[in-house]
Amino acid sequence: MSSLFDMESFDQDKVQLLDDYIGNYVAQNNLEALIPALYKAQTLFGYLPAALQRHIAEKLDLPSAHVNGVVSFYAYFSEVPKGKYAISVCTGTACHVKGASDVLNKAREVAGAHGETMSEDGLFSVNDVRCIGACGLAPVVTINGKVHGKIDAKDMEKIIRSTKETENA
Amino acid sequence: MGKEYSSVRITINNITLEVDHGSTVLDAAKQAGINIPTLCHLDLHDLDAINQSANCRVCLVENETRGTLVPSCAEIVQDGMRIQTDTKKAVQGRRTSMELLLSNHPKECLTCVKNLDCDLQELSNSMNIKDIPYQGEMMNHPVDDSSGAIIKDPNKCVMCRRCMTMCDEVQTVGVLSPLKRGFDVSVGTAFHLDLSETSCTYCGQCVSVCPTAALAEHPHVPNVWRRLNNPNRHTVVQIAPAVRVAIGEMFGYEAGEISTGKLIAALRRLGFDGVFDTKFGADLTIVEEANEFLERLNNDGPLPLLTSCCPAWVNFIEQKYPDLLDIPSSCKSPQSMVGSLSKTYYAKTMGVDPQNIRMVAVMPCVAKKAEAARDELAYGEQRDVDYVITTRELGAMIKEAAIDFNNLPDDSFDDILGESTGASSIFGTTGGVVEATARTAYENVTGKTLENGEFETIRWMEGLRKASVTLNGRTINIAVAHELKNARKLLDSIRSGDSDLDLIEIMACPGGCIGGGGQPFHHGDINVLNKRREALYTLDKNNVRRKSHENEQVKTLYQKFLGDIGGQKAHELLHTSYSKKLRI
Repeated sequence: MSSLFDMESFDQDKVQLLDDYIGNYVAQNNLEALIPALYKAQTLFGYLPAALQRHIAEKLDLPSAHVNGVVSFYAYFSEVPKGKYAISVCTGTACHVKGASDVLNKAREVAGAHGETMSEDGLFSVNDVRCIGACGLAPVVTINGKVHGKIDAKDMEKIIRSTKETENA
Repeated sequence: MGKEYSSVRITINNITLEVDHGSTVLDAAKQAGINIPTLCHLDLHDLDAINQSANCRVCLVENETRGTLVPSCAEIVQDGMRIQTDTKKAVQGRRTSMELLLSNHPKECLTCVKNLDCDLQELSNSMNIKDIPYQGEMMNHPVDDSSGAIIKDPNKCVMCRRCMTMCDEVQTVGVLSPLKRGFDVSVGTAFHLDLSETSCTYCGQCVSVCPTAALAEHPHVPNVWRRLNNPNRHTVVQIAPAVRVAIGEMFGYEAGEISTGKLIAALRRLGFDGVFDTKFGADLTIVEEANEFLERLNNDGPLPLLTSCCPAWVNFIEQKYPDLLDIPSSCKSPQSMVGSLSKTYYAKTMGVDPQNIRMVAVMPCVAKKAEAARDELAYGEQRDVDYVITTRELGAMIKEAAIDFNNLPDDSFDDILGESTGASSIFGTTGGVVEATARTAYENVTGKTLENGEFETIRWMEGLRKASVTLNGRTINIAVAHELKNARKLLDSIRSGDSDLDLIEIMACPGGCIGGGGQPFHHGDINVLNKRREALYTLDKNNVRRKSHENEQVKTLYQKFLGDIGGQKAHELLHTSYSKKLRI
């Protein structure tokens, strides 16, 4: 139990930034501050391991179970580390109709990243997300937050292969 | 006046009625004498706990005004609303909800611990479901039996969230949450930790409201049968006060039926070699605790003294308030006192080898199972208590042995560890321990005889109550709390230094042990707790001796075996210690 919740291995400067953010966040109640705090933490650390969730729970005086409930509910929050390139394939209605599942399957196959875990080389992680609000560009993919519109499975493959080449060059 | 603003006119099944503004359709239907089936809904009004998650959709009714199905437990009445509860659409809607729930529920009712006592099963029967048309993937989550007190089987969960209402709102412990979503959702602990790694206090209130067997007690019955069937073992048993006023419910009696005599007879027929009363331990606890209280009072603290009989409450303070561990009484619980004496005093008196004695405790509680396993509660190699079974488990054993409980002749406890006073009866209800302590402390300090030992002000069911008693000119401030949310208020005020309290009793469960997690299920009827409580006060009133220090067997115990009250031997056998427990 102890190692799972050990905060010492974290970058302490980032922990301080997170604590300052939580400390200065103005909210009606602690529950209201939870999602902003998680968002900030994921921005700083890339993902939300158990120790970090517990740390936030303690800072906000909320039960760890409730924090974990929120983190595991939203597809946006990740409990495992993401690859250098985090690919999110939108599976909202418009993207779905336009063939998002082909894009998703191709991305997983070419990147070698299945489920929540990242690829062996640490370059890629692939996940599906709910509607990101860019339905006019369906099917939509974001890579590290940058939006790529009107992507089919072939485009997806091309992007991943060229990224690999650049990285391995 | 102004009534027209606070009431609403609605029509249910063509019956027009006026109901309070803000009522739900379910409330209104009840008022009109119309039954609507419910599953997730739980209204423990007197405890300020209402589970209104509208998750199960079993209470769907037709809102004719809107032409839609609505969950009656959460739909708020509006003026002119027209509701039908028995149209084809409403009945079919409810049936579909139920069929969908059942399609993802194990069909092992015959061997389930909740068989014939399950809300889901009962509902399936009353809704006349004979076939489940939906076949699909079933949940597959690991079963958690890590705690030794509560077994959590998420595969039997219907996501009603009643457990969370108890854990979050009544107990403010919050170890459960829905995790993930959609088909993958389960109600679990943070990071899927074992229950034993969380700050679960094992109070068992989740068990007492779970409509299925997703949360149930960890069974000790097989171990008890093994000991009873082993002729080389000397197996003894003790019964807690709250068990005798509740077990009758399992045999068709009204709640509050006092069945002590039948209970003892049943235990003897099951083959126990000694039948003791936990109430003897309660009297002993009072004698030791009153002494400890007066010592602290005369030596400038630490005060307040907190009673320590409730194991869930002890778990709570060890986990959440480790800085306050000097204030709980060092007295072991009555269960543990009787256990420790059974293997020392009883063994010596009867000439039985203590190595061969196994002590079984029958408790209204699931946390007592975890208490019995505490490292501190042993004397050398011998555990004070070896197995703990709940009121429900004992009822099941009596049925299993085909004992005709209802026609049993009354029997009585053993002559050793068997006598008890009225004061010990009320241990089983909130306020009882402190009332019993006050009776004994009063006589010890003043040297006067207390004529009326009934402290009415601390006898109510409110969550938090205060009273004062004067002892030789000094005012003693007393507080009583039940439910951990109320305990938390007291502990916060002690921590911040705002408390002027001297003596505090805390019980984790609503109403005290009468409402314990091991009791026959109340199925949402809190009146059951009131009846059990009244029965305990009756037991107190009918006892010739109503003060713990008047217990003759307790006096003999000190004379022959323990020596002084609060003395060295008493400390060895009857006192314990607490330590900080870090949990998630």
